[in-house]
Amino acid sequence: MSPADLVLYEEDFRRLQQILRRLRQESGASVVLLVDKGGQRIASVGDVEALDMTALASLTAGNVAATDGLARILGEQEFSVLLHEGEKENIHVSIVARRVILVVIFGDRSSLGLVRLRVRQAGAELERAFAEITERMEREPVLHSGFEPLLAEITDEDIDRLFTE
Amino acid sequence: MAFVDFSAREIHCKIVYYGPGLCGKTKNLQFLHERTSPSRRGQLISLATPNERTLFFDFLPLDVGSLRGFQTRLHLYTVPGQVFYDAARRAILRGVDGIVFVADSQVARLAANVESIRNLEKNLREQGYEIAEIPYVLQLNKRDLSSAMPVAELSRRLAIKGEPTLEATAATGAGVFETLKAIARLVLLDLRKRRTPSGFTRATAAS
Repeated sequence: MSPADLVLYEEDFRRLQQILRRLRQESGASVVLLVDKGGQRIASVGDVEALDMTALASLTAGNVAATDGLARILGEQEFSVLLHEGEKENIHVSIVARRVILVVIFGDRSSLGLVRLRVRQAGAELERAFAEITERMEREPVLHSGFEPLLAEITDEDIDRLFTE
Repeated sequence: MAFVDFSAREIHCKIVYYGPGLCGKTKNLQFLHERTSPSRRGQLISLATPNERTLFFDFLPLDVGSLRGFQTRLHLYTVPGQVFYDAARRAILRGVDGIVFVADSQVARLAANVESIRNLEKNLREQGYEIAEIPYVLQLNKRDLSSAMPVAELSRRLAIKGEPTLEATAATGAGVFETLKAIARLVLLDLRKRRTPSGFTRATAAS
């Protein structure tokens, strides 16, 4: 398993969602989401129907990747916080546990100071959650073999049928 | 880095279209976007310069159907082809599951194709992948041009590992869906082959 791999169980998801939900409430944000550095959305809370979350996740990851490139030019490991200020809406982006991106979208109901404070608290909780998940994966790798039969069920014919439905 | 959600029964895979400048990567995505029902695709995002050259990437999410009850979604990206955008290309390869190399068939672009494949190999390695192992398809594009090299000769010069090779004219759409199908097949077979899916996996069973 490569270092990038991560297996999340339902209870992990519930825990992540809970942290995001609390962050949203306490910071007055409209949307909070977690994205992996490759651009996949992991979890989100808030008015998610109103926005194109797939595009948001992909663009955020691209943004972070570009900023990582800038950091390297300056000899920095990463810039851990990015901020985009609009007239009505703002986006606060931070890196958690070096592997996931925490995105907070907020408007007039909140302030940058409040968002920063709450993100710092939630970030620490998320770091703990990811550390425990990683630790569990190292301790109990056997649990993951449960996925094997599910994927092994997929046949060549199933793949051929895609695109034709 | 594929994302397999066992709870919602979804598979998400990241496919990157790579190749030299003006070879037709964006054209591939534009055709797929045009010919796919709006219910099965997201919006096509193009981060381009004012004269429509790709500056960072194009992005198109596509639903390609159900695989044993798993809704399968492909996240398609292009890279900027121009040589000096190398940092952007490297960034987009992050978490990639499969590569389509779009070659420009014109004889004058042979050297650019070869250089771009070498560049891909180097950038993949920097992201921790080996080109020999990653799902990979070669698309010979612009087959309609009179200056196009013969297929056998071009394949001999560009093929690196017996990869599926498809002829295409992305401007008219010929070969575009076939290429996507070929890479999707390799990516999904690769996913099946793994002991555990790479990337994020959401399982239903409690640990």
